Amino acid sequence: MKTSNDCLNNNYLEYVKSISPKTKQKRSLFHAFWVGGVICSIGQSFRYLLEYGVGLTGDELSSYVSMIMIFLGALLTGLGVYDRIGKYAGGGSIVPITGFANSVVSPAMEFKTEGYIYGTAAKMFVVAGPIIVFGIASSVLVGLIYFIGFRIF
Amino acid sequence: MVLDIIFMYIKVFAVGGLICALAQLLINYTKVTAGKILVYFLLAGVILRAVGLYQYLVDFAGAGATVPICGFGYLLADGAIKGAKISLFNAIVGGTSAAAMGITAAIVFGYIFALIFKSKSKRN
Repeated sequence: MKTSNDCLNNNYLEYVKSISPKTKQKRSLFHAFWVGGVICSIGQSFRYLLEYGVGLTGDELSSYVSMIMIFLGALLTGLGVYDRIGKYAGGGSIVPITGFANSVVSPAMEFKTEGYIYGTAAKMFVVAGPIIVFGIASSVLVGLIYFIGFRIF
Repeated sequence: MVLDIIFMYIKVFAVGGLICALAQLLINYTKVTAGKILVYFLLAGVILRAVGLYQYLVDFAGAGATVPICGFGYLLADGAIKGAKISLFNAIVGGTSAAAMGITAAIVFGYIFALIFKSKSKRN
């Protein structure tokens, strides 16, 4: 009796699993895809604008584009718009560089009550800190490996 | 020219969208938090640049590859590799100086906007 009950239970759980979350997950993938695509297209627009309008090239061009995207991400987070985008888009709002700005501003605003130094300035780096640590450390590693490689070969 | 730009936007949209959808896939099926996803994607960008593959993606899709956080990793590794051609000093400093604008912008704009605006998460 018990085993058949378990079997029923399992069947039921599988049945529930097969209908409800999958469609939701598929939809969330689509949301992330199009919002991420739109954010990158906005970045490309600034790229064209600075490349053909101002005449920037190379590293300078990509640096200014990321500066503008970070500015927009920080502004939209301050206005409370970015969190609404994030609820809809998930990964589509996290992964672009605007999401990096969001991860800086959002805890900084949240902990403002704890003061401007230990609140805002310290909590800015809750998510951004690990990114900067791993980013810079790995870039030094890559630089050293390539430096040795260039001298040997 | 116009056709080129339209075609470029399609590539930007597709590649940028796919990278974001990949992150969403990780969120859906592995329960990784947002902070960890950012670190993983950054390291993926660093490694792919170090191996020499990410450059193709940047040439192919422009902002579609540079705007996601792995583009930030690409920038760091690219600066370090370019520096390594010059000297040891540039090999160490190159990555940070290539990413200096991004880090500076995040800190300066982040602090200013955090001072100006109040958190809205408690209201809703």
